[in-house]
Amino acid sequence: MRKISLSNLDKAFALIAENAKLYIPVDGKGGASFKLWQEGVKMSDALNTVRSAKDFFFPQMETLMEFKTEGKNIEIIDNRSEKEDFVIFGVRACDVKSFEILDRVFLSEPVDSYYASRREKGVIVSLACGRPNETCFCKTFGIDPANPAGDITAWKTETDLYLLANTEKGEKLLSAIASITEDCDGKAVEEQKKQISAIMEKLPLSNVTTEKFGAGKTKEYFDSPAWDELSSHCLGCGTCTFVCPTCQCYDIKDFKTNEGVQRFRCWDSCMYSDFTLMAHGNSRASQKERFRQRFMHKLVYYPDNNDGMFSCVGCGRCLAKCPISMNIVKVMKTLGGKEND
Amino acid sequence: MQKITREVLIAKADELLKNGTVTKVLGLKKGEFSYDQTPTVFTDIESMKKDFVFDDFSGANFSKYLVKETKKGEGKTLVFLKPCDTYSFNQLLTEHRFDREKVYVVGIACDGMVDIKKIKGALGDGVVSVDCSTDTLKVETLYDGVKEIAKADVLAERCRNCKSKKHVAYDELIGEDGEVVASNRFDQVEELEKMSADERFAFWQNELSRCIRCNACRDVCPACTCEKCVFDNPNSGVQNKAAANSFEEQMFHIIRAFHVAGRCTDCGECSRVCPQQIPLHLLNRKFIKDINGFYGEYQAGEVEGSRAPLVNYTKEDLEPSEAVNRGDK
Amino acid sequence: MQVNGYKPKIVAFCCNWCSYAGADLAGSNRLAYPAEVKVIRVPCSCRVNPMFILRAFQRGADGVILCGCHPGDCHYTSGNYYTRRRMALLFSMLDYLGIEKERTRVEWVSAAEGAKFAATMNDFVQTVTALGENKRLEDLRCKK
Repeated sequence: MRKISLSNLDKAFALIAENAKLYIPVDGKGGASFKLWQEGVKMSDALNTVRSAKDFFFPQMETLMEFKTEGKNIEIIDNRSEKEDFVIFGVRACDVKSFEILDRVFLSEPVDSYYASRREKGVIVSLACGRPNETCFCKTFGIDPANPAGDITAWKTETDLYLLANTEKGEKLLSAIASITEDCDGKAVEEQKKQISAIMEKLPLSNVTTEKFGAGKTKEYFDSPAWDELSSHCLGCGTCTFVCPTCQCYDIKDFKTNEGVQRFRCWDSCMYSDFTLMAHGNSRASQKERFRQRFMHKLVYYPDNNDGMFSCVGCGRCLAKCPISMNIVKVMKTLGGKEND
Repeated sequence: MQKITREVLIAKADELLKNGTVTKVLGLKKGEFSYDQTPTVFTDIESMKKDFVFDDFSGANFSKYLVKETKKGEGKTLVFLKPCDTYSFNQLLTEHRFDREKVYVVGIACDGMVDIKKIKGALGDGVVSVDCSTDTLKVETLYDGVKEIAKADVLAERCRNCKSKKHVAYDELIGEDGEVVASNRFDQVEELEKMSADERFAFWQNELSRCIRCNACRDVCPACTCEKCVFDNPNSGVQNKAAANSFEEQMFHIIRAFHVAGRCTDCGECSRVCPQQIPLHLLNRKFIKDINGFYGEYQAGEVEGSRAPLVNYTKEDLEPSEAVNRGDK
Repeated sequence: MQVNGYKPKIVAFCCNWCSYAGADLAGSNRLAYPAEVKVIRVPCSCRVNPMFILRAFQRGADGVILCGCHPGDCHYTSGNYYTRRRMALLFSMLDYLGIEKERTRVEWVSAAEGAKFAATMNDFVQTVTALGENKRLEDLRCKK
């Protein structure tokens, strides 16, 4: 384990930024967001960014290719942008876990080469959560905020930052800043881990469990009368989907530029009335069906297809952002019944 | 605090359910924390006693929900409306969006709502519960124990600039009706107008670039009740699920605001729900301010059946060129 | 009209009954106006909704002008009165967002005003040429 004084952090950032684009969470109007590090940019103390870190691998909008036509000829232009090395610093345990969930979607056959190449180019430096929020429930999904995964795991104390490489990529990055870091025992880190564990027990949502959900539960919940009330006032907006680190649905569309066609993909939301729209209309005609789809996907369908793994990481973003304060915790508690309360 | 308590509203609902005036009650259900209240329909008094809430966090505007609710079955829906909600209510009635006969409106006085984002902004995250029984909020936090903050400091933007304490529609009132109040709601618009075009452009680029196109502003807006929004319509040519660039951000927000110009009651829901805290009300207020300035004072929803400024005209209206050059003189 | 080789793209929405006929008259009278002006005929100026204006900018216009019958002379009695209100509000909003107010204009041109049509277009093109390319309401995808 290596350690660096917080006062030296900017130097480390500068060293990292020499070889790759470095993104760190930065405070701004509306909350924290990942921004490109430059001299003078200060890291945010916020627990999490408004948007998740999935943007780095699965951006909200990306151009896939362009076409130009001349007479009967069609020219395909490859303008892929995901070619640069980059480092994301300060990703929380929940968001790191979300990459694993996205990987199972995008890296299984047929592999999504855009996503894959971004995953290859990106180095993830995770950061342990010293002060989890009231909306956090990552523990429910077996995530330890004191010990996040990633290429490098970092722990921040009052004075220092502790770094531990978990992968080859991580080792390489650590060696690049070796000159300003020093070896250390992990005492302070162990101390912080203990503190975080103690906090986790006390969090208001620490009692939420997944016991009642998982693979094979489709029949149990699909026709539950509870969906009516849960979804009755859903606005059908895409807030939950777009702040969610694990939502991975997208739409591919063509935009006619003045000279050709640009084919792009962008995030889509199963909450939208035009999601998977077909000639006959939307396959899920009511908001109830759309609402049910989103939560069943996270709690039942995804586990069905992925060895029981849930596609929620308990980051709490939807709890904080939903305009009507409906969220996955309320869904789990309602469907799961009293025992879950 | 709210002078009208939860208990008073439950008693009223009980009375109206019992005497058969209404069959259901639209209200807020308590959540995991004191501030995350969810709209719901109560059909019996027991569930209301258990889950119904009304306090400083009960800011949601219920008018739009009536469009859907009144289409479900027979019987009247009881809804408690704050003064600002009644303007949206009237505006929806003006546009024939629901059947007035199927709603029973109890107007309730409002002492201003607080914004949890402001509380968190001032005290940090980790807010477990907020005791708002007095005008000094007691905020229970995860890490710093109980902290106090004055309600006045964390009032929601729309309440800080409340435009009216008067109910413009109701079947009965609880508490005394207030008056239209003088507000400073156009101050921020004026500040922006005074800036140079470059500064304004920079300001709005910074704000709108955060938009994630979740459409929450549109979906919560009581004036946005189109069956099919142009931005959701694949045949419109402008449907976009994500803003591909700054142009689409601008277009969405200009069109959204324009479409409700003259119909927007300035209820402030758009800004309340924005996950990126974009001050969308500043777009709507610009239109309201211009309409007042160009065509005479008009408050959407104040009078049911009134003719909105954009479907009206006089022969003496000012020219578009005069509209944009006003500030120059 | 050209400054350092820059030619603006101008879209002119013209109502069928007055302004389009005015443009015709300008042509019959051999009154020149720049070829950069692309005329789009609409049934009435009030057919133009704000989206038309924005979409013109998206597609690469540097200036958009809307021409209709003089107030009081609308073929449909009152269409242009509504246009007047809409555009007053829209232009004011564009200005509020920091977009140059000189890029948009409304002008009333009757079927008899061929000379006014040509003069208006000459003036507008000159104004927009001086402003240069539209950078604030542009869609880069359409500018390749």
